Amino acid sequence: MDTIIETQSLGRQFGSHWAVRDLTLSVGRGQVFGFLGPNGAGKTTTVRLLNGILQPSAGSAQVLSLDPIEKGTQIRRRTGVLTENPSLYESLTARQNLRFFGTVYGVEPEILSQRIEALLTRFGLLQRGDDKTGTYSRGMKQRLAIARALIHEPEILFLDEPTSGLDPAASRDVLDLVQELAQRLGHTIFICTHNLVEAEKLCDVVGVIHQGSLRAVGSPEQLARQLWQRNVLELDLRGSPEGLRSTLLAVPGVTGVAYEGELTLVDIADEEVTPAVTQAAVSAGARVYGVHLRRHGLEDVYFALEQEQADTSDKEGASHA
Amino acid sequence: MRNWNWRGMWAIVAKDLKQVRQNTMVWTPMVILPILLQVILPLVMILLPRMVSDMGSELSDLEPLLAAIPAELLPGIREASPEVVWVMLTSAYLFAPFFLLIPMMVTSILAADSIVGEKERKTLEGLLYLPLTDQELYLAKTLVSIIPALVITLVSFLLYTLVVNAAGYGVVGRVFFPTPLWWPLVFWLAPAVAVAALGATVLISSRATTYVQAQQSSGLLVLPVVAWMVSQATGVFIMGPGMMMLVGTLIWAIGIWLIWLGSKTLSRSRLISQV
Repeated sequence: MDTIIETQSLGRQFGSHWAVRDLTLSVGRGQVFGFLGPNGAGKTTTVRLLNGILQPSAGSAQVLSLDPIEKGTQIRRRTGVLTENPSLYESLTARQNLRFFGTVYGVEPEILSQRIEALLTRFGLLQRGDDKTGTYSRGMKQRLAIARALIHEPEILFLDEPTSGLDPAASRDVLDLVQELAQRLGHTIFICTHNLVEAEKLCDVVGVIHQGSLRAVGSPEQLARQLWQRNVLELDLRGSPEGLRSTLLAVPGVTGVAYEGELTLVDIADEEVTPAVTQAAVSAGARVYGVHLRRHGLEDVYFALEQEQADTSDKEGASHA
Repeated sequence: MRNWNWRGMWAIVAKDLKQVRQNTMVWTPMVILPILLQVILPLVMILLPRMVSDMGSELSDLEPLLAAIPAELLPGIREASPEVVWVMLTSAYLFAPFFLLIPMMVTSILAADSIVGEKERKTLEGLLYLPLTDQELYLAKTLVSIIPALVITLVSFLLYTLVVNAAGYGVVGRVFFPTPLWWPLVFWLAPAVAVAALGATVLISSRATTYVQAQQSSGLLVLPVVAWMVSQATGVFIMGPGMMMLVGTLIWAIGIWLIWLGSKTLSRSRLISQV
């Protein structure tokens, strides 16, 4: 997969505060990259740096093999950005908004007309295309803003908090649209979000940013493996016979056995050990009502990294004191 | 030389002007001001002598001023009757400073709406992500205000010419307007004032957060015009065509300098911090 966004030690300072610091990451073509972090972590600043809106204070970046400092205009011609605020002209209709942005992006008039109709149809706004966008609901504005970001068929789509401020139904609509863009149409998408469910649903790779610094990058599964080297198999057993614990411990790949209420928790090196563990339990006379491999979701990963960060800050604070 | 994205810039100009047409608060003063200054006020002043019985004694107060005005500024006024003096003096001389209010106000209204309006309507960030350079974006935003200002100024001048000649014909007996003073005023000083007002409004707009705030601050621009109005009316400082060309050149220089300063304050990286 060729790299479409690459940064090396990228940083931006405002006064004495580093909004983004020492950011090194790469995003491949066709990938959906989730940039996770709390408000003020530096996500929006990164998008601005990558699009040449802001100049970096340190490091460098390459977007579509171009340097945003020198070639910001060329980069912006090939990227589409959904800003946190929809940035629509509310006194203009949806068609007028799309026509304006399409014209500035250099889309030919005949192609633009076709594209406007196609986007309004796909985003469910065809019937309201001639209404002023000031009369739209928040969800409709957000859909139109995504349509606007796609008007020139960009190679990279940046979405900054795409579901922020939306009600659950509007939020699901937007997520479905993004998923369609990513899966069916193969767009490269860079999503900034603090919504972990959203990120888990959409992203191939996530980067977790905190206080301007990147804490971890990888697929949610890779990150979970980095944080938790062992897997835990939950067994719901009834009438556990004597000596079950030693039987399970004797299975190759099992590193520990513990109990949590009614559940027997078996530490395994790999999920491939699961059938052997189940078979050993049955052979030992246990009745197996359920077997479940406990997986760590993105939420677990995120909060574990937050905790790690808090612990590091505490230690640094203590050593300075 | 690089290619400018003219299509993109014109799209911004067209979009902004469309928004102006939809915003009553913005376009109303641009219509009212020329009608008030170029139609109603001159009509009242020209027609006033018909309501005053003894014009001769009223005009005796103006004699020192008349003596101070160079003859070539108001051709034929020395030999004219008091009624003719009144019509020519008001419409061709005393009203001249008023005319400058039009390019000044139109430019500052449009520039404030075009720049601060983007902040106020929360559309600035989307604009900054467009594939235009800082210079192209800045030029588009200056064209939005300068082109209509120059058009409205010219139309106002034509309207004024029509009104004063029509209303004054019965008294003066000939087409007496424009007088020599008005050519440099309309074609040199007025555009210079528009450019200077634009530069000043750009600087004010880079700090203001609302259209009203920007408008209130740019209201101060009227002060030099008021000063000229007073000095013109009292005869302290009378500007002939030559002096007007000189003052116009100075204002052009100030305007271009302000526009250059504005281009520094309206850079992307500065504007993005105000989003």
